[in-house]
Amino acid sequence: MTPAFLPPTTPPSLPAPRLARGLLALVVLVGLAFVLDVALGPVRIPLLAVARLLLGHGAAADAATDFIVHQIRLPKALTALVAGSGLAVSGLQMQTLFRNPLAGPSALGLTAGAGLGVALVMLAGGGGAGALAVRQLGLAGSWALVLAATAGAALVMALVLALAARVRDNVVLLIVGLMVASVTGAIVSLWQYFSAPEQIQEYLLWTFGALGGVTGPHLAVLATVVGAGIGLALASAKPLNALLLGENYARSLGLRVRRSRTLIILSTSLLAGSITAFCGPIGFVGLAVPHLTRALLGTADHRMLLPGACLLGAALVLGCDCLAQLPGSQITLPINVVTSLLGAPVVLWVVLRRPLRSAA
Amino acid sequence: MSFPSPQPTPALMAEALTIGYAGRRGTPRPVAGPLHLALWPGELVCLLGPNGAGKSTLLRTLAGVQAPLGGALTVAGEPLASLGPEVRARQLSIVLTERVEAGYLTVQELVRLGRYPHTGWLGNFSAHDHAQVQAALVATGTALFAHRPVGELSDGERQKVMLARALAQDTPLILLDEPTAHLDLPNRVALLRLLHQLARTLGKAILLSTHELDLALQAADRVWLLPATGELLAGPPEDLVLSGAFAAAFQREGLAFDPATGTFELHAPTGPPVQLVGDGAAAFWTRRALLRAGLVPTAGPAAWRVTVPAAAGAGLGFWLSEGPGQPAQQHSSIAALLQALGAAWENPAF
Repeated sequence: MTPAFLPPTTPPSLPAPRLARGLLALVVLVGLAFVLDVALGPVRIPLLAVARLLLGHGAAADAATDFIVHQIRLPKALTALVAGSGLAVSGLQMQTLFRNPLAGPSALGLTAGAGLGVALVMLAGGGGAGALAVRQLGLAGSWALVLAATAGAALVMALVLALAARVRDNVVLLIVGLMVASVTGAIVSLWQYFSAPEQIQEYLLWTFGALGGVTGPHLAVLATVVGAGIGLALASAKPLNALLLGENYARSLGLRVRRSRTLIILSTSLLAGSITAFCGPIGFVGLAVPHLTRALLGTADHRMLLPGACLLGAALVLGCDCLAQLPGSQITLPINVVTSLLGAPVVLWVVLRRPLRSAA
Repeated sequence: MSFPSPQPTPALMAEALTIGYAGRRGTPRPVAGPLHLALWPGELVCLLGPNGAGKSTLLRTLAGVQAPLGGALTVAGEPLASLGPEVRARQLSIVLTERVEAGYLTVQELVRLGRYPHTGWLGNFSAHDHAQVQAALVATGTALFAHRPVGELSDGERQKVMLARALAQDTPLILLDEPTAHLDLPNRVALLRLLHQLARTLGKAILLSTHELDLALQAADRVWLLPATGELLAGPPEDLVLSGAFAAAFQREGLAFDPATGTFELHAPTGPPVQLVGDGAAAFWTRRALLRAGLVPTAGPAAWRVTVPAAAGAGLGFWLSEGPGQPAQQHSSIAALLQALGAAWENPAF
């Protein structure tokens, strides 16, 4: 067939090199951040030694280093990697689905929903639950926690989406999400009000976020669930591109909107739910990373954005975890605090930049 | 000059179609209907009607964006509702009035989305897909800014990009809701010319709603006239104008459609009649000037008479004005003519 209404011309060259370079740079960045994250901590391990250990060349100088790297640092760095990619991908999907630059797992109440799920499991589990419960309850406990958090996140997401069908305005939708988050938060507060202090403390510890509590089989569970979530997201890359134009146009392009929307919600809930269940709420990653990725790669094509957000999210959380070690000190800051301190300025940048763009 | 020859299957057909909204508590709120419509391959149809008559509702219903309240709707002989989304997307493309907020998406990336129903699971492009996108960019004049982000475009540029996306979709049927909004006059003319050309050369069936009555009357093969009464009239624009249906649809207090010029009279002159002698461009523009001055130009004899120069252009002639008890005067421009007539207007003898 010949092209429709005008003589064919050669397709213009795509800015592919820039995208490839950007993705490659991100891979390198993730690698560096990963090595640095393993090296930093109360006990400094030389970077070269870390690199050698990670590449499997030779054993560590001493058993202590070997133990620290394999039993503590490596699982933690892997958790950061998994959590960062998962949160970034969930945020990207939400921003596209809601066509709202301020959408993210926390802004629309997903994190609060997961928190409610966790709170319910802790309440049912009686005393010693919480982030530590992952270790105490064993694999069965972690499954229960993941399921509860995912169910909580999915419940909130479904609620927001049901309301979204009646609301066309993005700003109103964001307010709806914030209100749902607020109600969910209030329920958790109510539960705390009627709970024993030690239960509250467990929950409070959980809300600080922790990457260090996930090891061994729990890490395998988390990685599997997040892997499934990211896989679903990658399968939705083409529908996500169509959804950029809004539902009506997406449908006119042949997209089965309801099915795609369900898949995207499922993926987002799996990602945000499981990560929040294991690591506690980690703020702003899901909100900020998609914007940074779009700016860095200069594209809105989800076939590029999804891998890009994965890598950048991993690099960012690894970097935040490095900062949380407060290099040169014995103190470790809660990860949620660090990501929020770094993420809030990014959100401000997005908000302040927007009117300039639309006025241009 | 070739005319589209009607083919056995209409690209779009509606029978006893009732359009409207399912209001609160299940009480339907019909806007118009029952409508009997057919859109044939190779024709450009303009949907015209006053504000609030239901043009957008009809267009959105035909596009499958909103459900009809009743009646049958077929696309290429198949009921629209029975077509799967992918099949429908290869039959019918749309341009809506809703604003697309697509931030970092570049013009080219947006137009490439038009190939969505033609590409596989991963959305990989064949040479044909690339060529279609490029042709759409060139035809709409958007190739010039193909790499700019959509967020930086003006409303008019966006309109053209959305049209390019619909063209890249390469469907036999294209529905456009007010595609001329936000465009300046040269761009509106170019758009209608392009659509007309697409209908002629590729046999596409194109329906667009617009408020550009002058242009629509010139470009449309047929007009669907949707008056506020909700009973649609279809036919070539000339028939609708001459039968008075067009004037009736836009009937408004103090506003008259002039079938002689195909325009709405901006002025409702109440002054004395002036006989206008002459023809061509000079006569046309002199007539306009007289109307604006509040005079009523007529062909028949009147107390005042204005003769226009035989040819338009600078220094080609003079306007002659003659009045009761006043010798013929020469005027070198319409400005001078109006001044002289204005002076006479002040004269009680006028």
